[in-house]
Amino acid sequence: MAVKDYIRERFFPHMWCPGCGHGIVLNSMLRAIEKLGMSKNDIVMVSGIGCSARISGYVDFHTLHTIHGRALAFATGVKMSRPEVNIIVPMGDGDALAIGGNHFIHAARRNIDLTAIVMNNRIYGMTGGQYSPLSGYGIRATTAPYMNIDHDFDVVELAKSAGATFVARTTTYHVQQIVDIIQQAILHKGFSVVEIMSQCPTYFGRKNKEGSAVDMLKRYKEITTPIGSKAKKENPDLIERGIFVQKEMPEYCKEYDKIVEMAMKGH
Amino acid sequence: MSKDVKFLQGNEVCVEAALYSGLDFFAGYPITPSTEIAEHMAVRLPQIGGKFLQMEDEIASMCAIVGASLTGHKVMTATSGPGFSLMQEALGYAIMTEIPCVIVNVQRGGPSTGLPTNVSQGDIYQARWGAHGDHAIIALTASNHQDVFEMTVAAFNLAETYRTPVILLFDEVVGHMREKITVPEKEEIPLVERLRTSVKEGIDYHPYLPREDGRLPMSDFGGVHRYNVTGLYHDMWGFPSNNPGVVQGLHRHLVDKIINNVNQIAIYKEYYLEDAETILISYGSSARSALHVVENRRKRGERLGLLELNTLWPFPYQIVREKCANAKHIIVVEMNIGQILRAVKRAVKDPEKVFLANRIDGVFINPDDIRNIIRFIQGKGA
Repeated sequence: MAVKDYIRERFFPHMWCPGCGHGIVLNSMLRAIEKLGMSKNDIVMVSGIGCSARISGYVDFHTLHTIHGRALAFATGVKMSRPEVNIIVPMGDGDALAIGGNHFIHAARRNIDLTAIVMNNRIYGMTGGQYSPLSGYGIRATTAPYMNIDHDFDVVELAKSAGATFVARTTTYHVQQIVDIIQQAILHKGFSVVEIMSQCPTYFGRKNKEGSAVDMLKRYKEITTPIGSKAKKENPDLIERGIFVQKEMPEYCKEYDKIVEMAMKGH
Repeated sequence: MSKDVKFLQGNEVCVEAALYSGLDFFAGYPITPSTEIAEHMAVRLPQIGGKFLQMEDEIASMCAIVGASLTGHKVMTATSGPGFSLMQEALGYAIMTEIPCVIVNVQRGGPSTGLPTNVSQGDIYQARWGAHGDHAIIALTASNHQDVFEMTVAAFNLAETYRTPVILLFDEVVGHMREKITVPEKEEIPLVERLRTSVKEGIDYHPYLPREDGRLPMSDFGGVHRYNVTGLYHDMWGFPSNNPGVVQGLHRHLVDKIINNVNQIAIYKEYYLEDAETILISYGSSARSALHVVENRRKRGERLGLLELNTLWPFPYQIVREKCANAKHIIVVEMNIGQILRAVKRAVKDPEKVFLANRIDGVFINPDDIRNIIRFIQGKGA
């Protein structure tokens, strides 16, 4: 199936700003799904609120556009009541880790089979450029006009320590890697977290003098490196890309089947 | 045939009634005085192959049941005041997206942490207007365990009939009290099942296109039909729209589907109303004390009656007005500062003849509290 057959063409052109990285994520995600040979009926997409969440409107899957920060909680209800479906949960950094941070760590802890994609542009784009929990110290935003004094946290480290059994990171510059990682994340039986660093030239770029979308993309090439590379040893400030965690652990819906079996025996 | 008679806590009765109604998915978070509902669900649901989830908070619980309902299940969550506050945004989502679900609020004293283990009926207006924006809601209550059973079944039936969340506003006394209950036989109470679309696989299904009778058939999410669901104003395909015609049409539909059926949704009980000069209006556990007073006074020949409301929202204004048309005095008996009192005053012709017998100290309202108001009205002093 061609990539364009997965989209709801009548909703294009999309609402993202020129140069936004989210379109690259959409494209790469659809290519991953195409490579897996999945049909439109095989995918459920549950999203929250924000620029990232609008991705669910553009794809011709089973789509549930919910409320801010709670996509993983809705997705948990869908998955538990219909375990056979593949669920992708695209989220923004604020959506996933500020208002939705609690649901994020608990979905990871349960190891429920969901594919969480964090489209990290380090800013609240839809509301006009406020700092997010991933903006980081010293960053400028409309709500940090002097500078941001909030420290960010590392999505990968958070997901790992919360118990996610698949954790990966890449950027919108590395489109082939997005396609590869999303395929593996979808196939993984358990809670998968994929952080995709995605540029917001309109707000983050402008406020922090990072130049055009192309400049921001090129920067992703410069500031990241494959996991465990020689460059990382020489320059510890580089951000690692690749798959950090990929392990088999009992999946939540399967574990609940054991509870049903125990309860039915004892009854 | 021998009846299935049990001696149960109100919260347990609610669980049994939910299972009787066909519930097979529950998500919740522990909170006094509703916790026993979650505990019994955790035991009972896996026994029938259903799912029980203890979520990380009440917000997640509410979101999870909405997701599960959409895939075709009968769902419920249970909480108390503070947890009910946390659920309001997702409750609004269920209203907007027309996803059937049942939310139990076993009321305790508030606001805030308030009185966790004491009784109150302070959440009547939160049930009505807790979610932001114009909307209509259905809320039911009960004063005894037989009614807890029947109202729980009614809640599931109304949720499916009107594709809407339904709130069960119990209170701490009803939730924790133990009394006799005769469990209805299978099929003794009719159940309303999910109205599913007859549109075949491969043919476009419109999730928000009403049939001729105004009802919207559903298709189990993730199944044979692909569609979009959003909390934004949406068209018949479920896609976002800010077209004024679409917005107004949906807005009216969400409200009208409930308020135009107020008399069908109204459930109430009448005790000695025919010739009553003084009518008590009550609901939930307060109605137990009100009934006690009415029956005692009747023995002495006094013309007292009781109108017990099981449906609180949509408020049955017309029914209350008609039942109270000949009453000299009306006394609303409740455990708050006069919430249903407001609605009753709006309902009757002469609001001046409506009085309040209440308690707001966490102590269960007793017959003496009501007698004092009757004496005051009769000019015998407080």
